[in-house]
Amino acid sequence: MIDPQLLERHGLKPDEYERIVAFMGREPNLTELGIFSVMWSEHCSYKSSRVHLRTLPTEGPQVLQGPGENAGAIDIGDGLAAVFKIESHNHPSFIEPYQGAATGVGGIIRDIFTMGARPIALLNSLRFGSLETPATRRLLEGVVAGIAGYGNSIGIPTVGGEIVFEPSYAGNPLVNVFCLGIAKASDIIKGVASGTGNAVYYVGAKTGRDGIHGATMASAEFDEKSAEKRPAVQVGDPFMEKLLLEACLEVMQTDALVGIQDMGAAGLTCSTTEMGSRGGAGVEIDVSLVPQRESGMTPYEIMLSESQERMLLVVKRGREAEVERIFDKWELHAVHIGEVTTDGMLRVKERGSVVAEIPNRALTDEAPVYQRPMEAPTYLRDVERLDLEALGSEGARGFQPGDHTATLLALLGSPTIASKKWIYRQYDHMVRTNTINMPGYGAGVVRIKGTDRALAMSLDGNGRYCYLDPYRGAMLAVAEAARNVACAGAAPLGATNCLNFGNPERPAIMWQFARAVEGIGAACRALDVPITGGNVSLYNETDGNAIYPTPTIGVVGLLEHADRVVSRQFKESGDLILLLGAPGTGELGGSEYLNRLHGVVRGVPPALDLAAERALQQLLVTLAAQRLVRSAHDCSDGGIGVAIAECCFDTGGTGAELSLDAVNVARDPQVNVAAALFGESASRAIVSIAADAVTEVLERAAAGGVPARVIGETGGNRLRISVGGAVAIDESLDAAERVWSTAIDQYFAKRVA
Amino acid sequence: MRFGIVVFPGSNCDEDAFHAARDVFGQDAEYVWHKDTDLKGADVVILPGGFAHGDYLRTGAMARFSPIMPAVRAFADRGGPVLGICNGFQILLESGLLPGAMLRNRGLKYRCEHVHVRVEQTDTPFTAAAKPGQVLQIPIGHGEGNYFAPPEMLEAIENNRQVILRYTDSGGHLDDGWNPNGSVHAIAGLCNERRNVVGMMPHPERACEALLGGVDGRAIFESVVGVFRSAERVALQATAVGAGRSASVSGARSASVSGER
Repeated sequence: MIDPQLLERHGLKPDEYERIVAFMGREPNLTELGIFSVMWSEHCSYKSSRVHLRTLPTEGPQVLQGPGENAGAIDIGDGLAAVFKIESHNHPSFIEPYQGAATGVGGIIRDIFTMGARPIALLNSLRFGSLETPATRRLLEGVVAGIAGYGNSIGIPTVGGEIVFEPSYAGNPLVNVFCLGIAKASDIIKGVASGTGNAVYYVGAKTGRDGIHGATMASAEFDEKSAEKRPAVQVGDPFMEKLLLEACLEVMQTDALVGIQDMGAAGLTCSTTEMGSRGGAGVEIDVSLVPQRESGMTPYEIMLSESQERMLLVVKRGREAEVERIFDKWELHAVHIGEVTTDGMLRVKERGSVVAEIPNRALTDEAPVYQRPMEAPTYLRDVERLDLEALGSEGARGFQPGDHTATLLALLGSPTIASKKWIYRQYDHMVRTNTINMPGYGAGVVRIKGTDRALAMSLDGNGRYCYLDPYRGAMLAVAEAARNVACAGAAPLGATNCLNFGNPERPAIMWQFARAVEGIGAACRALDVPITGGNVSLYNETDGNAIYPTPTIGVVGLLEHADRVVSRQFKESGDLILLLGAPGTGELGGSEYLNRLHGVVRGVPPALDLAAERALQQLLVTLAAQRLVRSAHDCSDGGIGVAIAECCFDTGGTGAELSLDAVNVARDPQVNVAAALFGESASRAIVSIAADAVTEVLERAAAGGVPARVIGETGGNRLRISVGGAVAIDESLDAAERVWSTAIDQYFAKRVA
Repeated sequence: MRFGIVVFPGSNCDEDAFHAARDVFGQDAEYVWHKDTDLKGADVVILPGGFAHGDYLRTGAMARFSPIMPAVRAFADRGGPVLGICNGFQILLESGLLPGAMLRNRGLKYRCEHVHVRVEQTDTPFTAAAKPGQVLQIPIGHGEGNYFAPPEMLEAIENNRQVILRYTDSGGHLDDGWNPNGSVHAIAGLCNERRNVVGMMPHPERACEALLGGVDGRAIFESVVGVFRSAERVALQATAVGAGRSASVSGARSASVSGER
């Protein structure tokens, strides 16, 4: 009965099937085949990525929990832990944007409270095709509404994020969601099943036929028939999750719980197997006891369903009534569906008779691990070449290369750079009354009530850089995320990553993946931000076209004093503006300037000196702690020109006047001016300080080995920047801010008109 | 004084209101579970923001049937101060404790941002500490805050001076561009005829600490704390002349609340 077509539908390769038969010593039945197919899917087994992920730095004195659990955890003092993780929901969000994104948020929240932490902040990192296309606008509206619909209802603020529009993501948008929670460091709870005879409980929503084979879907490329996969997308119920969250946290206050895990990808299958495997135990359940939304569900369907808002608990024997009482208060199903056993088997029964019996080990530790072939992509040799002299003619989009004010306005109006207020206004970013750096102000920062401290968090990635050089691009992503956290005044402590790539069975994609992981490892080691967990999303391809390789990095940092938080905006007129870090050499490779103004994605990404980066970050943290800076903003997309403009925005009209050094990257003087303004050299930050603090700030910079110089002054209602002594940009702040703040709205206003 | 903060399943600003009452204003605060039937001796009742029962049917439509609601209604009928914030406001409308209804926001999108509201009336327990015409900057966060009432009801509401907060620009001028959700008459907050039950869409508990970016929400909490204190003073004077203390405290409270007019 198991034929090649059936295997193909389950995403299993013939040799993988042979391994299954060898382990089992017999042919699996259909239920068992289904269980293997989801547990051995790329999504659950990390079979292509595992050999590379092992090389990441995951340890440090601050790490309380590294990869392998539902989420990572770091020590933040006061006996508390920050528990956080990022996860992708790319494939479901493309097929059904609202529910795909909503259930992504639901899933990552469950991962956090499963650890015994109360979730207090969400971030998201989104990538879409060009906003010019109706398809992108539909996806963006759906995804944003989905994130809002879930996060707002459950009452966890979305305090920041990033969003990029690039044609590369048109067929495969990326929806990466991050959640952070706070737990007592001593009370972190794990997803483990142990203690023979302890009760296995099913809690939460009923099981339906939704989401069957979601994990398998996320492990294949898209083609024109992908819309037919809609039934594999689950439907979220944030109210149910809110009840689950409160009830689970209440149960965790007792010591009746042995372990707990959410039923995410691969549902009941993954939770029973992983919990058993971690505890070195077996788990036996009877699917006929599982609350079901539909009648006539088979064991296969029940085991593979990805219905949302469900948890699996292992409860100490004799404490069942106590746990049931709490779930009863919250009007949730808590059903005793099985027991922990000693034999290491996943045993599934239906009304008493065994319908599947598989060693846990075969599903987890013995899942295939591939050392897939790798080869540098052939496109690299071409795209590395960047001829700046040819820029004037090459694909210029009808703009005057010498009109730098117009260039700045074009960049400010680029949806990737423009204000994201249209988006974050739809997210409740203030609930829980902890948000002290709003979305759009730099890293998201939340204070920790009951302490003096606050946590800063940032998500960053740059697919264009990684396309041009995945190693350097990934390092730059880590550096930028950590720098954003440091700009807020927080010392970076730990990181999580979400690795979005194409089909790993193609050697060029696998090479991109491996190089990116190496880059992440190098940067995390140098900046001392260990990776505590994360997620891999492969097969982001449609009709054979892969997305830019896009590692998204989340960095979490700690502010000792919440009231010393720093935002990007200038605060007072007459403050001095300083550039911290080497002034930059006008590096334009892979820049937003080339992309937006010339339609060119070429060159090599900016160089990164990790020691200089670390020194800069440490200086930023020190200056904030000493209250020496009034604002701090990192220079990234669009270079200093854009960074300065952003420092002036949302200030109620505080302009700036500054002068930059000339750079020499081309014969054309106008290209040199543009490079000085919009080059994206790394490891730089713009800070503003009170005029009388300048000596102390410069001394501290010198002591930290960080180049620093005064480049201008805040004030007035214009933005004036000269390069090499000549005025290059002179624009009213009002006009510039209007372009920046209305750019995204206008794409939607246009459509209505 | 003691704040009673009602927790419905799906409430999500209950802890924020609790934090404001206890940690910022130093008052007693108690959570009251929606299945309870008494208010645990609360002197003021807050129905907090959130999505009670998921709000899948219509905002507040399920919460009005929660077992605690008869106690809330009885408390209001005795003149006790009740504040509904956001979802709490929606619940007060659905319960009939306040007139009118909520529609989805104009633009059909959830909006979370700071807005300006002008204090229209100060003779309620939640605006007594503000000045008439004072403009407060307080955040909103809602998808259904588009207040609606039919013309005759609206006329009655206006004639009775029941509109206590309106959306304006930062200078206190009515301007449709600054009305974030399309509410009729830019109504952001409302009281009942007796003036002791108040509903408001903006979240004052989100604007009580400078660290959070603004303190204009303090006026709402300071009002009710101040009203209570003066009620207590009256009660203490009454005790000094020999009246039974407990009876006179509650009597003085309702007297002062309704006497604010």
